[in-house]
Amino acid sequence: MTAVAENPLVEGLERLPVHPTALVIFGATGDLAHRKLLPALYNLAHQGALPERFELVGVSRSKYAHEEFQQIARESIERFSRTKPDPAVLDGLLADMRYVPGVFDDAGVYAELDRTLDELDGKAGYPLSRVFYLSTAPQFFPIIVGQLGKAGLNSAGSRETRAVIEKPFGYDLASARKLNADVLEVFDESQVFRIDHYLGKETVQNMMAFRFANALFEPVWNRNYVDHVEITAAEDIGIEGRAGYYEGAGALRDLVQNHMLQLMALLTMEPPTAFEANRLRDEKLKVLEAIVPPRIEDVSAMAVRAQYGPGVHGGVQVRGYRDENGVAPDSRTETYAALRLQISNWRWAGVPFYLRTGKHLARKLTEIAVQLKPVPHLAFQSQGSVGVQPNQIVLTVQPDEGVSISLGAKIPGPRMRIRPVNMEFHYGTSFVSQSPEAYERLILDAMRGDATLFTRNDEIEALWGIIDPILTAWKQDVRTAVAQYPAGSQGPDEADSLLAPGHVWRRL
Amino acid sequence: MSEDIWSERDTTPDAIDSALRDLLRERHAANNALVPARVLNLVVVVDRSWKGEIANRLERVGRYHASRTVLCAVEPGRTTIDARVVMSYDEPTGDALGVILEQVEIDLGEEHLANLDNVIDPVRAAEIPTMLWCPHGHVEAIDSLLGLADVILLDSDDEPEPAAALARAAELLASAYVVDLAWLRTTPWRERLAASFDPPGRRELLPRICRLTARHQASSAASAALLAGWLASRLNWRPTPLGGNGELHGIAHARDHDVEVMLDSSDQVVPGLTGVTVAVKEGWSLALDRAYGGLCARGREADGTETTWQVLGASRGEGGILGEGVRQALLRDPTYSPALACAREFCGAA
Repeated sequence: MTAVAENPLVEGLERLPVHPTALVIFGATGDLAHRKLLPALYNLAHQGALPERFELVGVSRSKYAHEEFQQIARESIERFSRTKPDPAVLDGLLADMRYVPGVFDDAGVYAELDRTLDELDGKAGYPLSRVFYLSTAPQFFPIIVGQLGKAGLNSAGSRETRAVIEKPFGYDLASARKLNADVLEVFDESQVFRIDHYLGKETVQNMMAFRFANALFEPVWNRNYVDHVEITAAEDIGIEGRAGYYEGAGALRDLVQNHMLQLMALLTMEPPTAFEANRLRDEKLKVLEAIVPPRIEDVSAMAVRAQYGPGVHGGVQVRGYRDENGVAPDSRTETYAALRLQISNWRWAGVPFYLRTGKHLARKLTEIAVQLKPVPHLAFQSQGSVGVQPNQIVLTVQPDEGVSISLGAKIPGPRMRIRPVNMEFHYGTSFVSQSPEAYERLILDAMRGDATLFTRNDEIEALWGIIDPILTAWKQDVRTAVAQYPAGSQGPDEADSLLAPGHVWRRL
Repeated sequence: MSEDIWSERDTTPDAIDSALRDLLRERHAANNALVPARVLNLVVVVDRSWKGEIANRLERVGRYHASRTVLCAVEPGRTTIDARVVMSYDEPTGDALGVILEQVEIDLGEEHLANLDNVIDPVRAAEIPTMLWCPHGHVEAIDSLLGLADVILLDSDDEPEPAAALARAAELLASAYVVDLAWLRTTPWRERLAASFDPPGRRELLPRICRLTARHQASSAASAALLAGWLASRLNWRPTPLGGNGELHGIAHARDHDVEVMLDSSDQVVPGLTGVTVAVKEGWSLALDRAYGGLCARGREADGTETTWQVLGASRGEGGILGEGVRQALLRDPTYSPALACAREFCGAA
């Protein structure tokens, strides 16, 4: 009998097939599962996007019976789902949900998991694909991966087996390398899906469409026309009671090492030959490797850290970081980080890339501002065109996703006077539809085995390679006072020291 | 939801266009965070007596509203045009933007239909695609607007005879891209079948399918024919006309065997398919039927082993189908046209 190479039924369908799958969530009673993963799974079920056969197994330390876990999952979904749960679908999703309690280094947990998964295979009548989703504290990642290997749950064999690993992937370059080595001892790289949920956001993916589906921008997307780039990820809230996590992480690890450098890579990489996992990741890797990591002695000239002090947020007085519950009064953990980076390649040599992120800033905003060089000759200068500004292309990720281009335009009147005007494109006005949650997209992609929006091992190490000297320098420097900025402000004045003459931080 | 409203009796298209511009200008001046959506014009031509029912259907499309909807209500004997413009928006808070949706209701007479393009052209937003929907026929209106319409929305399940409905869809397809609600009713079934046959072991079964049964609500034979047409076109079956009393049975020729094709009517309140069964020569079969919380799947292995399970999914409802139709105006499905051609052959087209 002739085998059919491609599935001819797939053409034209928006929803690509997902093979029958058993999804195992480690840390199934944790915060991420509660707020994001379980609601995302419900929404996929609601849309009919889950595979024909789908089984969910939760693994966590708390001792619950299956029914208790189902009740916990129900409450998570009812509280956090973006669509109102349909009781029939929710009942169906919860009905066969299994739970395996136990500590992650206990081999007995994996034996029980193995039995459970075999039972689910038996129920289906064929081997289900397996996805192990590690949504635990990061110190458990190597333990869980190692135990999966020992239990023989890693082998692909006749089935598809994958491991999804949440961020943070490592704590610094050495730990990321160690974790990669631990993971790759058990799984093949093709089985590993390192999540950065930012990559699942529609607007982040649209950066590629914006750059590579429009002939308008590519000719100016280089050192000849771009003066400098600012990437901002500002939050208006503080640490929201997450001192335990944040004290050990800080702004650099929390946002710069992953989200912001990913944005920078997508903004600056060469066009991939196809929108396919390894081709895209090859291009990202190339540009990340072209970002010159600073020498430790140069860090103070290219990086600024700061903490929010007391201030006003939303008209309400708020306390400073060091006064937050769980934060050491002499903490040196940064809640704000700003960097100046360079890319050493033909396209970008000499263009400064300014990155800043912080908590308790004036407003919530994630954007990339590409400022072009001024026109070489201003014919209108003699007419008093004081308002002429270089063009800026601003890609906003949140809160209002869109693209804005500033142009010089003539002010109506008898004289040739120029001022900047904006040409704006907003998703909300051009696509009257709701973007899916990033986790919905990423969970489906992982189940389908599409790694395009996940981070590869060499990419992770390249990301940490950029950040590692800064972490080291900041760790070694215990004498310089950590700069302070009032909560609700634009950030510390010290960040201005990173800017080249004539450059300014965009107002938040 | 806030609204700005303008209305005028015995008006003109130019006056409507001016009113749209004025309302937008005024609203934007009052709050520059409010901007008009610019996605799609939806022009709907309906019988005056059913205007409310269609307006209610459009209300239920969920988030896939066209940005400017022009609802033309045709009233026999009317010689003048009355119009009402409604701009709806939620006042944005904080730094957010607010989106304005525009609805234009035009009451006109049958005598306007032959030159309806002259009425619609000034009223639509020019720089975005236009979708045309005439749920009550109005062939004259369609003919007049074909030059303006990028997309035609229709429902082949609306016609009593599937052969005539599919012939009409094919005719319109020659002039514009067609979004057929009868086709969209088959989408979840097509997705499920595609997924069921995607694992490599199952994919090998595709050339060996020997029986297809599509169960449908009595008025949704066109949907069932389109599903059969889709499988035929994707698997290179050669359809032959199906026959029978009420239910259509017959065969399609696959490369080395015949496929039994049955389109069976079944009891169901809402339009669309109620179930589908595919079987292969060696005895393996899969049946999917509507059930509580999704579909009930029944699998039968070659050795006779049977299993039943639930496939999760919420019904989109007819409002959701119409919303999907609006959304599909901006997409292109290359598989509809070949599926339609095969469906027509199943229904006896020469």
